[in-house]
Amino acid sequence: MAKKVLVFAEARDNELRNVSFEAIAAGKEIAAGGEVIAAIAGENVSSLTDPLFHYGADRVIKVEDEKLKNYTSDGYGQAFLQIVQSVDPDAILMPHTSMGKDLAPRLASKLDAGLISDATGIELDGETVVFTRPIYSGKAFEKKKVKEGIVIATIRPNNITALESDESRSGEVFEESVEIKDLRTIVKEVVRKSTSGVDLSEAKVIVAGGRGVKSEEGFEPLQELADLLGAAVGASRGACDADYCDYSLQIGQTGKVVTPDLYIACGISGAIQHLAGMSNSKVIVAINKDPEASIFNVADYGIVGDLFEVVPLLTQEFKKVLQTS
Amino acid sequence: MNIYVIMKRTFDTEEKIVIENGKISEEGVEFIINPYDEYAIEEAIQLRDDHGGEVTVVSIGDEEVEKELRTALAMGADKAVLINNEELDDSDQYTTTALLAAYFEDKEYDIILGGNVSNDNSTGQIGPRLAEKLGIAYVTTITKLDIDGTTATMERDVEGDMEVVEAQLPLLVTAQQGLNEPRYPSLPGIMKAKKKPLEEIDYDDLDIDEDEIEAKTETIEVYLPPKKEAGKVLEGEIGDQVEELVKLLRQEAKVI
Repeated sequence: MAKKVLVFAEARDNELRNVSFEAIAAGKEIAAGGEVIAAIAGENVSSLTDPLFHYGADRVIKVEDEKLKNYTSDGYGQAFLQIVQSVDPDAILMPHTSMGKDLAPRLASKLDAGLISDATGIELDGETVVFTRPIYSGKAFEKKKVKEGIVIATIRPNNITALESDESRSGEVFEESVEIKDLRTIVKEVVRKSTSGVDLSEAKVIVAGGRGVKSEEGFEPLQELADLLGAAVGASRGACDADYCDYSLQIGQTGKVVTPDLYIACGISGAIQHLAGMSNSKVIVAINKDPEASIFNVADYGIVGDLFEVVPLLTQEFKKVLQTS
Repeated sequence: MNIYVIMKRTFDTEEKIVIENGKISEEGVEFIINPYDEYAIEEAIQLRDDHGGEVTVVSIGDEEVEKELRTALAMGADKAVLINNEELDDSDQYTTTALLAAYFEDKEYDIILGGNVSNDNSTGQIGPRLAEKLGIAYVTTITKLDIDGTTATMERDVEGDMEVVEAQLPLLVTAQQGLNEPRYPSLPGIMKAKKKPLEEIDYDDLDIDEDEIEAKTETIEVYLPPKKEAGKVLEGEIGDQVEELVKLLRQEAKVI
């Protein structure tokens, strides 16, 4: 039976995040011929509605309010709840990002509904939507469903393939005006720390460093390689604990769980906690001096060597081939 | 200050996962306080030391959880509460929230702290769900917390960037790594913990209707990811290896 699916899109720096399009693709699957409605909220989001159609939305709802300039649970919670009430969907999808993680449980709690967090796959079993999600940071997986009523899920970036953009698609944009009051949390300041602007959870390529980088400066060659490849820089707990980098870069069972197309592990030994956070990456490259390091057990390609020798060479080689191609 | 921490007992992060009869086996598994909840407990103790009051750590589970609750008491919490759900067969984040909400219904609290996520199911739902049920504000993934009177100023981690957020008590916050360095229980702490109050409440002693706590979601299957085969370790001069690697990444793996 065709279903009505509401997808909450998300923008960062006034650009839609790719996971929004992945969530629309997931929505299409669930809708099974029904309608996918994409909603976008913010202070000024008019320029963001077209791509939502290009990537498959049938209808777009936009909410503009100066109180939505910064994300707050209260502001977005009120706006989204009102959209949910006016659309009355069979299913709601959100990106499993900072925003989705913060907001989806609130919505689910308000609606007394079940929520499947961090879905990496979706399939239909008759009328039932079955979600795949990692547990124990990817050491295992589970298939899960909502027993009855509205289905709410958050979608992990980089796992469900977005549809091809079709620029001929368009549709009607509905403007929803919301009344936002009593903001109990106030954002005083936003400090940008992610240097390259490439977010770890959405990055297609990650260059990560471990204890082997030896110092804060030791991350520089990794950053150079990352900049060249448009990659994000990550780290193991060892590197964070040793104060070589900020905890926000940590990948592992504590820290972020990532699934990029390419993961380049530099000077990372591969403790089980770290492997849990990255071993589901599509292709893994390990660079380590110790041939016995357990990172080599999960790596597709390995180079036994000193990262301070290998990484700059790698940057050079990539520069060469990317220029000529 | 009335300070509460919601805590979960989880597998040690060192544990490998073994599936037996379609379920994750707990045999021989070491358990710990969920690492993110440990930050919450540490922060709660520091808040109490600075502002006075009492820290109560609340957990849900079977009697085994007493061990982790005693650890929290040994770290410096004042009281512990175990909501025993052993007799409850069907539970998810909706259920857990309903039990906690029923527990907090007649409590006075200034702040409730928890981890931003558990390292087993990793849904991160409980904090925001509970705050919504209690009708209080919440701030997730905090890395710094200062309280002045009834105003809390926090730093929160937003995918690597940092937000400074202000809110009024009562408030629920969830801890992110970097908030503090959790202390190890001291020997005198461990001795004292044995005499601290640990209250056990059976879940059906809470003011709830059995129908109201029924899980909304269901796990159909649990499985292990396909084992990754060890790949190709390159050989030869480092320069040649690097050249070959780039070629493999472009032509074989096709990721660049």
